[in-house]
Amino acid sequence: MNTVRKQRLMLVMFIVAVSTLGVGLTVYAMRENMNYFYPPSKILAGDAPMGRSIRAGGCVVPGTVERADDSLLVRFDVTDGIGQISVTFDEILPDLFAEGEAVVLTGMLDREGVFVASKVLAKHDEQYTPPEVADTLQVDDTANHTAKCKGMSYDS
Amino acid sequence: MIPEFGQLSLIIALLMAITLSVIPMVGSFNGKLIWMSASRSLAAGLFVFVAIAFALLTWSFYVSDFSVAYVANHSNSLLPVQYKISAVWGGHEGSLLLWVLILSGWTLAVSVFSAKLPLEMLARVLSVMGIIAVGFLLFTIFTSNPFDRVLPNVPRDGGDLNPLLQDFGLIIHPPMLYMGYVGFSVVFAFAIAALISGRLDSVWARWCRPWTNSAWGFLSVGIALGSWWAYYELGWGGWWFWDPVENASFMPWLAGTALIHTLSMTEKRGVFKNWTLFLAIFTFSLSLLGTFLVRSGVLTSVHAFAADPTRGVYILGFLAVVIGGSLTLFAFRASAVKSVTGFELMSRETFLLANSILFAITVNFVLLGTLYPLASDAFNLGKISVGEPWFNMFFTKIMAIVAVMIGIGTMLNWKKTDASKLRFWILVPLIASFWIGVLAPLAFRGDYSIPAAISVALGSWVILSTLSDVWRRTEKASTRTAGLKRLSRSYYGMVLAHIGFALSLLGATINTIYSDQRDMRLTVGKPIEAAGYQYELADVSQVRAQNYNADVGEVVVSRDGEELFRLSPEKRRYMSGGSIMTEAAIDAGFFRDIYVALGEKLSNTDWAVRIHYKPVVRWIWLGAIFMAAGGFLALADKRYKLVKKAETKPVPAKTDKNLVGQEAIAK
Repeated sequence: MNTVRKQRLMLVMFIVAVSTLGVGLTVYAMRENMNYFYPPSKILAGDAPMGRSIRAGGCVVPGTVERADDSLLVRFDVTDGIGQISVTFDEILPDLFAEGEAVVLTGMLDREGVFVASKVLAKHDEQYTPPEVADTLQVDDTANHTAKCKGMSYDS
Repeated sequence: MIPEFGQLSLIIALLMAITLSVIPMVGSFNGKLIWMSASRSLAAGLFVFVAIAFALLTWSFYVSDFSVAYVANHSNSLLPVQYKISAVWGGHEGSLLLWVLILSGWTLAVSVFSAKLPLEMLARVLSVMGIIAVGFLLFTIFTSNPFDRVLPNVPRDGGDLNPLLQDFGLIIHPPMLYMGYVGFSVVFAFAIAALISGRLDSVWARWCRPWTNSAWGFLSVGIALGSWWAYYELGWGGWWFWDPVENASFMPWLAGTALIHTLSMTEKRGVFKNWTLFLAIFTFSLSLLGTFLVRSGVLTSVHAFAADPTRGVYILGFLAVVIGGSLTLFAFRASAVKSVTGFELMSRETFLLANSILFAITVNFVLLGTLYPLASDAFNLGKISVGEPWFNMFFTKIMAIVAVMIGIGTMLNWKKTDASKLRFWILVPLIASFWIGVLAPLAFRGDYSIPAAISVALGSWVILSTLSDVWRRTEKASTRTAGLKRLSRSYYGMVLAHIGFALSLLGATINTIYSDQRDMRLTVGKPIEAAGYQYELADVSQVRAQNYNADVGEVVVSRDGEELFRLSPEKRRYMSGGSIMTEAAIDAGFFRDIYVALGEKLSNTDWAVRIHYKPVVRWIWLGAIFMAAGGFLALADKRYKLVKKAETKPVPAKTDKNLVGQEAIAK
């Protein structure tokens, strides 16, 4: 190999090494900020970590929404058809939040297994169920994401 | 019949585009003048037929022709007329048609403002743009046809335009954004043409710069509009979420910023030609990637995408062909365009190169954060989302370095600079901005914030060092005004853009650190206090409008017992579809916004109310406007007279060549 080629090879190897290191470090840093999604049944099974930010979602169980008299605090249950978890939230709920509709939550689990939400997202419109929720719901309607919570029974 | 005519003109446009992508390109290799000059008339024809299709679709919306599926899904007879028109690009099919319209518009613009361009170059540039048009027209016609009918059961009324989109911001946001996205196709086409011919000189860069600048300017405005719209329309009061859709438009902007800076080096000094070519390809590829991300449905869910993959697979295929093809061409031909001259460490080149590398790194960060969740989902590694803190972490640090470098870089000369001569001009703004930074946090409520001090110091450093450079450059002139007059317009463009960068930086950081955001329970008639203001919900009344009913709150805002103004946040329920929308009420100001949004009704007397105090939030968008204005101002520079002269000339009628084009189609 002549010197020019050797130099080029060194340069290429240097770039490859540096960028690999860079990507590795960023992905490592990303892990700290990644929010994994857990359906309620997985949370009940103890799969979700406590005290760090995660996401959860499901259908709001009708009749479980309770509001405080003096603050914005609201408490409701969310189900995926197998398990049911309690959620608390003390900010303004989104416009499309309703009983029997799908929500996606970001927040942490407290010691009692209550999901303390910091963000609540409701579905965008009447025909749509968020994909995370639709994929984990135990309803026999696998093809599409249309209004899955409506097809559920909340007996469990 | 109207929709069928639209369909027909789309097909004619496709045939024109196919001809445009073949004939002039082949002609440029065979040296056939007529084939090459056919490109101009073909470009005009392409534009005319796409425009006809677009006009006919708009007409279908205007007359509410619900036999057209796309109209039925995105409009409603109750919709006010301006939203009926903007609903044309309110959905997938129409926004693709807008994409194609704008692409053919840029193609036409290139053919019109290219009097001084060698015919061979022009033919190749227009051909490459024709290839892109073919790709998007095929996509529109075969997978996303806006003219599809719902026959024979025509719906009695439409499904309505999403209320979120019934807004002034959404009328102009997509066209602006697309002007930027698609505008980068011009410099992409120039890059491909340069690679084919192996000729890349400063003249080439001079042709590219106005196109790149204007595309970048439009994109800046488009992104700012999107951010502003999200701020006042979504009812959360946030202005940037690092959402994949936002990132999709931000990535081409970042790459475009790098490209603008390397182009100036390529023009002035003939260096880093390959890097410039690569960035041109990269920027447009990111535009295409953005279109893919937003339009394929892959963002909503990888699985939803897999369930109906036609659209996504098509764009992905197109993406692979365009990016793969151009990078292959780049790999084979890049060595033909060598840079010759050198430069020293203390030179403008070093700083511009570092700038472009920093921006390229930023793009890759954003790209990683955007695509990683998709990859993780696709390979069943879990459903994840990457939080905003991760994006903010690297973005703020890289931009801090950029801010430091802007100040020094603009003062340096090309090739080499004697730094000792600049000492005074650098030290003065350096010391001044240091003290401004140290003192600024004292002016705000709450604890002393070190990040705020650093941000203010950086922002003022960019502004003061830029002004110091203006002062230095006008020192030798007989009078200051004479000196100011002698500076070129592209220099002023740079000054404006850099000040805009500083304004956005200051706005974003101060707003993030000092915003006071609360969700509260308000009882009618009982005032509360937040961030030094008193808020009282005086009344909530019902109002009926053309296509919605609303609860309208009346919030009295006062300070020290003195009433300042009243805000009327609304909660709307749209009649068709029944969607509920929050309309925030904002008292906007140069130094602060007060933002009030109505939440739910909690009891007969209580409402949930969102109250935000947002300092200097307007600076973020003002900065973007400055940056865009800088980009456009640079267009007016005397150097680009080639373009300007052609502008004043009427477009010559070329009936004979039109015939050539039509014969080609008839075949």
